[in-house]
Amino acid sequence: MLRHLLAVLAIIMLVLPASAPAQEAEIDRSATGGAQTLDDILRRQNQQPVDDSFRSDNIGGDAATVPELGPLGGASDSDLWRAVRYGKADITVSTRNQTGKILVQDGGMWWLEFRQGPLVKYGSWLLLGTIVLLAVFYLLRGRVRVEGGMSGRTITRFKFVERMAHWLLAGSFILLGLTGLLSLLGRMFIAPFLGREVNATLLLASKFIHNNVAWAFILGLVMVFVMWVWHNIPNRLDLTWFRHAGGIIGKSHPPAKKFNAGQKIVFWSVILLGGSISLSGLSLLFPFELPLFAKTFGILNDIGLPGWLGMDPLPVRISPQEEMQYAQLWHAIVAFGLMAVIIGHIYIGTLGMEGAFDAMKDGEVDEAWAHQHHSIWLEEEKTRAAGAATPAE
Amino acid sequence: MKAILAGFIVMIGVSLGAWLVLGETGFSSQEVYSGPNVRLD
Repeated sequence: MLRHLLAVLAIIMLVLPASAPAQEAEIDRSATGGAQTLDDILRRQNQQPVDDSFRSDNIGGDAATVPELGPLGGASDSDLWRAVRYGKADITVSTRNQTGKILVQDGGMWWLEFRQGPLVKYGSWLLLGTIVLLAVFYLLRGRVRVEGGMSGRTITRFKFVERMAHWLLAGSFILLGLTGLLSLLGRMFIAPFLGREVNATLLLASKFIHNNVAWAFILGLVMVFVMWVWHNIPNRLDLTWFRHAGGIIGKSHPPAKKFNAGQKIVFWSVILLGGSISLSGLSLLFPFELPLFAKTFGILNDIGLPGWLGMDPLPVRISPQEEMQYAQLWHAIVAFGLMAVIIGHIYIGTLGMEGAFDAMKDGEVDEAWAHQHHSIWLEEEKTRAAGAATPAE
Repeated sequence: MKAILAGFIVMIGVSLGAWLVLGETGFSSQEVYSGPNVRLD
């Protein structure tokens, strides 16, 4: 028995070193006098991390250590520019703002490549994929109709102020979405076909609309939150709704109050994603005034989130320019997510469901529609109306 | 339909208001982070 146990232990001891992550070997740079080697170039080409301390630390001496070589000491122009690039140069600028001291910010290339590459690629596929999926769903399921037809009796679903806030939010979101997409994609998809002049004019208009309509969006978001949050708190009925897939698939129609579980998902998506977009948007609108990411990354590191995902800790020493780059990427990524949700919302509110648009058009819905989709809410409203009509004794 | 129209009118009003107020207060990065000594226009 003991022999078997020892054999198992021996095997574990043999396998462990092989399964441990390979330690990065110290690169021998003696052949190049401490400069870049072929191995560094190959690692960079293979998109592996490169230890560039041989470059960032190579910023020369100073006048104190090598006084005979003049005011710069032993530093050449190359040494000086390396120091500038890695933020190690002693720079004096006339502006009192710290951003002025960063003369070279090569982290910007990472941002630019991500913005032009994965962001555009996956963002566009998300929107196109959502539209295609909805088209396929429509072809398979068709329109969700009111069974037994409309009753002809209507009931007020949304008051004027609720509908106004909805359209304030909806109109501003559509404008912001379109102008945001023009800003992101114009250079790639408009300039080559319609020319740079047309693209520049569109971008100028987009920037003006985006920066100013943003405030209307924030106002709409606050109004909608205040008016509807109470009706969107999750409850047990939502589980029933999910079990019946909301009545969209199949013929059963689960009971619901004013908002069903699907509408609650849309509501909380709009509030949380819209809130996050607003926050990163404000950070972009007032450059360098509202940095968000260094602190957020620090909190995430403290929680240990990057470790759970097998990632290195997130950077917490971020230059002001990098803060803006992270804000721009986050703003666009979350906006793509919300646009996909809203495309689904627009589908179900117009083409996908008979009678749904009436609720937001003039506020009145047919009782048959209300009975099918919001049966508990209909009963509550009828009881309330009956109570109001009964004279006090 | 009145609510749709009202929503859009409020949107335009708030946007123009924001443009006027922020323009007057000089919020743009060009105005905040630049000056005549570093900009020729």
